[in-house]
Amino acid sequence: MNNIKVFLNGLIKENPTFVLLLGMCPTLGTTSSALNGMSMGLATMAVLVFSNFIIALIKNLIPDMVRIPCYIVVIASLVTILQMLIKAYAPGVDAALGLFIPLIVVNCIILGRAEAFAAKNGAIPSIFDGLGIGLGFTWALTLLGACRELLGTGKVFNITCFPEQYGALLFVLAPGAFIVLGYLIAVFNKIKKA
Amino acid sequence: MAYILIFITAIFVNNIVLSQFLGICPFLGVSKKVETAMGMAAAVAFVLTIATLVTYLIQLYVLNPFGLEYLQTIAFILVIAALVQMVEIVLKKVSPALYQALGVFLPLITTNCCILGVAILVGNGTYDAAGLEHNLVTGVWFALCTAIGFGLALIVFAGIREQLSRMDVPKGVQGMAIALVVAGLLSMAFMGFSGVNNGLAKLF
Amino acid sequence: MKKLKSTLPNMAIVLTSIALIAGLALGYVNSVTAGPIEQIKAKQLSDGIKAVLAADEVVVETPDTLESGAIIYQTDKGVAVQATDPNGFGGKLSVLVGFNEEGLIQGYQVLETSETPGLGAKAGEWFQKGQKGDIIGKQAGNLTVSKDGGEVDAITASTITSRAFLRCVNAAYEALSEREQEDAQTGATQQIKEETEVTNE
Repeated sequence: MNNIKVFLNGLIKENPTFVLLLGMCPTLGTTSSALNGMSMGLATMAVLVFSNFIIALIKNLIPDMVRIPCYIVVIASLVTILQMLIKAYAPGVDAALGLFIPLIVVNCIILGRAEAFAAKNGAIPSIFDGLGIGLGFTWALTLLGACRELLGTGKVFNITCFPEQYGALLFVLAPGAFIVLGYLIAVFNKIKKA
Repeated sequence: MAYILIFITAIFVNNIVLSQFLGICPFLGVSKKVETAMGMAAAVAFVLTIATLVTYLIQLYVLNPFGLEYLQTIAFILVIAALVQMVEIVLKKVSPALYQALGVFLPLITTNCCILGVAILVGNGTYDAAGLEHNLVTGVWFALCTAIGFGLALIVFAGIREQLSRMDVPKGVQGMAIALVVAGLLSMAFMGFSGVNNGLAKLF
Repeated sequence: MKKLKSTLPNMAIVLTSIALIAGLALGYVNSVTAGPIEQIKAKQLSDGIKAVLAADEVVVETPDTLESGAIIYQTDKGVAVQATDPNGFGGKLSVLVGFNEEGLIQGYQVLETSETPGLGAKAGEWFQKGQKGDIIGKQAGNLTVSKDGGEVDAITASTITSRAFLRCVNAAYEALSEREQEDAQTGATQQIKEETEVTNE
């Protein structure tokens, strides 16, 4: 029961994108389409689940004063492993996300969860926390990507909803990322209050 | 002349925050007041330039010769973290006044993705060098210009937000929502510079 | 288990061992993935060459990198040239262009772009045969967009990308003709040598 609560917490109440406003660089930089946003979310989730798990396992072995460097080493190795796997088996994803894959290392969500959750809880709840926060991040990115893709090109996941010439390309470009996210946050605030 | 081109391209055309989406966290987090924005901008410029210099040397003399390119991310992030700590300690000893001004921002910089991002771009030689060779000089110059671009975006944004805080904004979009929309408008303004570098390249 | 104290030896041992384990793990994954990564790169390149030369099977000779950064792939079915322009919209643009024996454009493929997906990324289709900006079968070297007085229609709302794209195509052609000149020169020197040998006899 408790694990499910931890899992659901990250999806809405502590949603990293709309509530905590963490990890904004990949949120804005990789959401030019729903598919790109989703791949970025899933990649981040994979790192987050493993880093939470490993850090919860070894937390007692790490002296307090060097804990941040230790966490960074763990996270950076996981990210590098993920980067090599993506390059080898999903080159399309590598081309779409580019620089933002190594930059998962400095995504505040991951270090933040290591510090706030994994360092205080057991291995199994930490996995659920990683899954919850990771999925919360993924759906937020997918939604943002879908909105931008729809407004900009009239497609969602490459399925045409209205002809392309009626789309406002601005939403696919950089300014659109800021504007769409701004309004999504406003909508999310409204829903949360209601 | 190509150095001027790098300067203009990095600051206006490919602004690191508004068109490359790096360093968004401090851009949104430390932009409520112009004064703090200036402090952050100075700290980033300082660390970004030094970090690029050091990581480039590590890439050139340690990672590449030994075929350890796959350790790039882990090596760079550790170097940056250590460097930030070192800058903090040295600054405290050497120039307490500067430390007073920048000190609060330094710990935040380790997780600023524009530092690692630029370090990787320069380390891999995939930055826009305006036709010049990718080497230490152009790399560090590119890093410095990028940092100035970051500072410019941050300070302009902070100026707008200071004005915004006195405005009567509809309840639903108060706070971060309206700030993001403003950032979008700012980014649109910077889009006006796109293509300027091509025109200048012809002139030079 | 009790938490380890922050003594200097403890900290040093833990940090070093974590770094060591991380390094070993990375080394292992790297050795596993290095092969597939190479294969994918090689496959992408050969697929690209096949596509731009409209051939099912090509034999590629050793690539020839010129000073301008262009790479020439001489094959049994024609020549493919990879050229890069640093000033696309938001970064560099890299295009592989195939030329037939007369030096006309046979096909092209965008290899690398920092363009916004959905906008500049259109370059992959826009200039193909039968599309609005068709460049297939044209003579490269001086191709420009109609806005600059040329004969190629630019992508709607992406003039910068279109210009960068045509610069790549032109650069590819220049690289090709440059190499041909060199070949002609070395060929000529060889001939002269042979002639001198003849006179010596």
